[in-house]
Amino acid sequence: MKQLLTANEAVARGAWEAGVKFSSAYPGTPSTEILENLSTYKEINSEWAPNEKVALEAAIGAAFAGARATASMKHVGLNVAADPLFTLGYTGVNAGLVIINADDPGLHSSQDEQDNRYYARAAKIGMLEPSDSQEAKDMMKIAFELSEKYDTPILFRMTTRVCHSKSVVELGERKEVPFVPYVKKDKFNPVPAISKVLHTKVEERLKKLEEFSNTTELNYIEWAKDRKIGVVSAGIAYQYAKEVYGDSVSYLKLGFTFPMPIKKIRDFASQVETLIVVEELEPFMEDIIKAAGIPCTGKAKIPNEGELNPDIVRKALLGVENKTIQYDKSVVADRPPVLCAGCPHRGFFYELNKLKNVVVTSDIGCYGLAPKDIAICMGGGFSVAHGAQKVFNMAGDGRRCVGVMGDSTFFHSGMTSMLEAVYNNSNVLLVVLDNRITGMTGHQENPGSGFTAMDQEANVTDVAEVAKALGVKHIRTISPLNLSEAKEAIQWGLGFDTPAVIITRWPCALKKLSEADKKEFGNYKTINKVDAEKCIGCKMCVKTGCPALEYHSDTKKVTIDRNQCLGCDVCTQVCPRNAIVREGK
Amino acid sequence: MAEVKNILLCGVGGQGTILASKILSTALVSAGFDVKMSEIHGMSQRGGSVVTQVRYGEKVYSPIIGKGSADILVSFEAMEALRYVGELSPDGMVVVNDFKMPTATTLSGAQQYPQDAIDRVKALARTYVLDANKIATGLGNPKAMNVVLLGALVKLMKLDALDWTAAIKECVKPAFVELNLKALEAGMAAVA
Repeated sequence: MKQLLTANEAVARGAWEAGVKFSSAYPGTPSTEILENLSTYKEINSEWAPNEKVALEAAIGAAFAGARATASMKHVGLNVAADPLFTLGYTGVNAGLVIINADDPGLHSSQDEQDNRYYARAAKIGMLEPSDSQEAKDMMKIAFELSEKYDTPILFRMTTRVCHSKSVVELGERKEVPFVPYVKKDKFNPVPAISKVLHTKVEERLKKLEEFSNTTELNYIEWAKDRKIGVVSAGIAYQYAKEVYGDSVSYLKLGFTFPMPIKKIRDFASQVETLIVVEELEPFMEDIIKAAGIPCTGKAKIPNEGELNPDIVRKALLGVENKTIQYDKSVVADRPPVLCAGCPHRGFFYELNKLKNVVVTSDIGCYGLAPKDIAICMGGGFSVAHGAQKVFNMAGDGRRCVGVMGDSTFFHSGMTSMLEAVYNNSNVLLVVLDNRITGMTGHQENPGSGFTAMDQEANVTDVAEVAKALGVKHIRTISPLNLSEAKEAIQWGLGFDTPAVIITRWPCALKKLSEADKKEFGNYKTINKVDAEKCIGCKMCVKTGCPALEYHSDTKKVTIDRNQCLGCDVCTQVCPRNAIVREGK
Repeated sequence: MAEVKNILLCGVGGQGTILASKILSTALVSAGFDVKMSEIHGMSQRGGSVVTQVRYGEKVYSPIIGKGSADILVSFEAMEALRYVGELSPDGMVVVNDFKMPTATTLSGAQQYPQDAIDRVKALARTYVLDANKIATGLGNPKAMNVVLLGALVKLMKLDALDWTAAIKECVKPAFVELNLKALEAGMAAVA
């Protein structure tokens, strides 16, 4: 049967067909839908882990215990999981283990565009790169065979455009794979004496993998009549090269990209006049090819910044550009993403941002759309605040640091950041914006939300209890929609010489409320309207940044979009004339 | 069916571009075309500008359309048409919803919304203007606006013969099949 699938859907299907029994992940664009799709297959135990390191570790346990397993995450997530990854490179597997990793060239939803192919090289493990959804599904099955045959974890490297593009996939059936019996082995316990032996095996494994790379049909040649130009390419870049060159040049298309098939590349290069490497981001393949003494060109023409597309590749390789309609684009207003109408973060940030002399350290969740000063990585908001606060204090600067993060981020890596501020003691204010769900990536459950990835009821971890257990002495839980409560809590939290914690507890505006949510928060969704007679057009409400509010310069009045308004009442509290009221009143 | 056709759908997060492109691509696949469709998730869910690209033909390589090569641009919002008209082939067509949605920057007054966006687009390309919200509201549900626009696209790309009933049945809940079929027909009629 044929279906149009994204590669994220296809890779989950491939894992299911390959007999995978255990999958773990932490959400992150563009990888989130991989586990969301895996969780729809009842044969696979699918889990959201608190973070990527834990996800990989759980998958390692599962694979060692005998079940085919996956861990999936976005590119920066593998930084978090790098510790187990490198040791896993030494231990190898028992049942197959595939790490599905999605890079984000073009930074569609990320803070950097690192090229994670280098992880395969650094950890000395095999790597596969699909260029469309059919390959994503088929390669997933091959990945498990390779993982078990060569005793290696496989890095299954995807990119945003592969993950989120749909193409036609011929589906297969699931083949059950029996558990591989667990037998206690030295390799699972890599103390130095054992690891020395394992390192030797890793080097031998690399040679065998390179032999495979040279012979596998995953790395195939498409000859053109004309052999002037030979293109080496992989992943989505291959599709762009085909789009630009069509059948006019010869291709060596790589699906197994580490170790690189040097012998095959050398043979290919010897039969063409010019070898061009077409790859997105860094010169990963080009450098390896050049180091093998094979002349080629690549990044001298094709940029290593940003996402490629057919236009960029065409201009770089052929020097031509499509004819386009020329017009004045400067009149088009920006449309940046904003906090939704009714977002519980809005009220809290409205009060926080009034304060002068405050440095807000945050990260990349939805709350990162609110004004902030520093954002480095998941969970970094608290520890960065701590370090900065210590130095501001040393310098007698007077500035105060407020770290913010969401509930999912707190469980991800914020708990240790909070502990840092407690243990090494600084007068920071740490805020957990608990909206009862993982918001930015589209509502994945987390350890505080009450449900698992497979929609089963889960044990609930309470943020305030965790803060207390970590040694925080000053903890308050507030409603972020109540501005006076938020204002007072912030003043309170800045009044200590040890860390204070505020938990703002209110569900995400887009969240489908659970029974527990309804019990706790009530059915609060209503709609507000502006009493035009009372509105003086001061725009105080508009300054909250709510997209449901619109100021009309002709009437000098504000109106509320009733399709967006949830009646959060932040604007009601800001209005100096009490002009905003509930509909029907 | 040798030549690859390129369709660009744009709008604002939450307007239903993704469902429209899903129905479209489902019908194209059933008709035997090779199809690739690309959409970017993530930030676009927060009221940002969204764009979905659909390419179909005998064999499609790149899932994204190069600048100046879209055969048709379907914009769910007035200013978004002006944002993306540069993606259009110089002889391409535009279908634009006569609907203006302010942005964070125009709401706050930092930027002006170009009230003449549709006129500007008309001056650049063959343009069909639809009040899809009004048409959908007339059919009983303003949310069917996306399928009204899809109807216009179907007509203009001469895809009438595809099995839209089956595609809609596959993509929407049974209770909404009738509504969406009517919306599709209304959209087709609007550009006939």
